[in-house]
Amino acid sequence: MLSIIKVYWSMLLRSLGYTLVLTLFALFFAMIIGLIFALLNVSHKKTLNFIGTVYVDAVRGVPLIVLAFFIYFGVPQAVKMLGVQGFRLPALQAGTIALAMNCGAYMAEIFRAGIQSIDKGQMEAARSLGLPYGTSMRRVILPQAFKVMIPSVINQFIITLKDTSILSVIGYPELTNMGKTISGNTFKSLQTWTIIGILYMVVIVTLSKVAKKIEWRLKKDGE
Amino acid sequence: MENSSNIKVHVEHLKKNFGSLEVLKDINIDIKEGEVVTIIGPSGSGKSTFLRCLNRLETITGGKIIVNGSDLSDKSININKVRENIGMVFQHFNLFPNMSVVENIMLAPVELKIKTKEEAREESLKLLDRVGLLEKANVYPQQLSGGQKQRVAIARALAMNPSVMLFDEPTSALDPEMVGEVLNVMKELAKNGMTMICVTHEMGFAREVADRVVFMDGGHIIEEGTPEQVLNNPQQERTKSFLNKVL
Repeated sequence: MLSIIKVYWSMLLRSLGYTLVLTLFALFFAMIIGLIFALLNVSHKKTLNFIGTVYVDAVRGVPLIVLAFFIYFGVPQAVKMLGVQGFRLPALQAGTIALAMNCGAYMAEIFRAGIQSIDKGQMEAARSLGLPYGTSMRRVILPQAFKVMIPSVINQFIITLKDTSILSVIGYPELTNMGKTISGNTFKSLQTWTIIGILYMVVIVTLSKVAKKIEWRLKKDGE
Repeated sequence: MENSSNIKVHVEHLKKNFGSLEVLKDINIDIKEGEVVTIIGPSGSGKSTFLRCLNRLETITGGKIIVNGSDLSDKSININKVRENIGMVFQHFNLFPNMSVVENIMLAPVELKIKTKEEAREESLKLLDRVGLLEKANVYPQQLSGGQKQRVAIARALAMNPSVMLFDEPTSALDPEMVGEVLNVMKELAKNGMTMICVTHEMGFAREVADRVVFMDGGHIIEEGTPEQVLNNPQQERTKSFLNKVL
C-alpha cells in the first residue's frame, strides 16, 4: 500500500482536488437551480408550479449516470444535428451540468420543504404591512427557511460529493477514475480501493463533523 | 352614498366561499372614520374571515368592499398600496423571529422606501415607547412574553401610519394576566381616533371602548348597535343565547 502512495500520491491528491472542484461547482449551481425551482413550486400560479414539478420529476426520474451520458454524448450530437460543427462539451463542463441538474432537483425539494415549514402567518403578516410577495420571501420567509434547511442541505452536499464518482464514466479525472487507473497499472486492487475509500471517508467525515457543529450552534441560538 | 368621505369601510353584499362551504353569506356594513367596531360571535361564524377579507388576505367570492376609497374586488388595484393604509394585528402575533423587535417595526417603512433607516428607527423607538416597550428594542421576539409580543405587533402595524386597524382576536392567545396590557394599548389607540375593527371575545373591551358591537352567526350579521343595545338588551334570540353562554 505504501508503495502505491509513494508513486501515486501527487496524482491521488490532484484527482481528489478535481473531485472537490467538481463538487463545489455543482453545488454552487445546484443551490441556484434549487432556489429557482423551489420558488416556482411554492408559487400560487399553476403554470409556474407545473414548470417546477416537471423539472424535479424529470431529473429525479433519471439516474445520474444516464443524465451524464445524455449531456456528454447526447447534447453535442443534438447540436451537430442543428448544423453546428465541431461542438464538444469537455468532461468538466458536462459533469458539472449533470451533477448540478441532479443535485438541483433534490435541493429544490429541500428548499420547498423548508419554505413550506414556515408558518403561514409570517407571510400574511408581511403582506398585511404592504410588502410585495418577493420582498416578503426575501426578508421574512427565506432567512427562516434557510435555518431549517441547513442539515438537509449539508446531507445533500455529502451525497453530491459521492456522486462525483459516477462521472468517472465520462472520463472525468476525479478520484474514482484515478483508482481505476492505478489498479489497472499495478494490479493491486485491494490496496488501491482501500486508499481511495479512505480519502473519500476523510473528506466526508470532516464535512459531517462540521455539519453537526453548525446544527448544534443553530439549536443553541434558537433557545 | 351620502357623506361618503366619512366612510372608511364600505361592505356591500359580501360573499365568501371556501370551496362549497359558504362562510360569509350577505354582509353589509359601513364603518365611519374614527369608529371602533367590535365583532363578536361564536367560532365558525365567519367573523375572522370577514376581517381578513378587508385587506384581501382572503379573496372575496362576491359583492363589494371599499376601504379608503379603493375597491378591493377590483383585481387591477395595487393591493400592496392599499394594505399600507390598513394595519393588521393577528391572534398569534406573527412577529418575525429572524429580526430584533426594532427591526420588525422598521422593516416595512424601510423596504417600501417610505422612510430612511434612521428615520424609521427613530419612529420605531417612539412607537415602542408608546406601547411601553422601549427597553426591549434590541431583543428578539422569542424573549418576549405573549403580551409584549402583541404590543410589538401593534407597534409594527402602526409604523406604516395606517388609517384603519384590523384586530383578529388579539388577546385570545394570551395568558389572562397579559390581556390587560394589550387592551390598554388598544384603548389608547381608540381614544386617539383610530378607526378600528376588532374581532374579540373580550366583552369588557367591547362594552368600554366600542362605538358599535356587531354580532355575527352563520355568515350573517344578526344584530348590531351600541354596546348598550347589543350586550345589555339584545333583540335576537341567537344573540341572547350567545351572550348567555359567554357573559
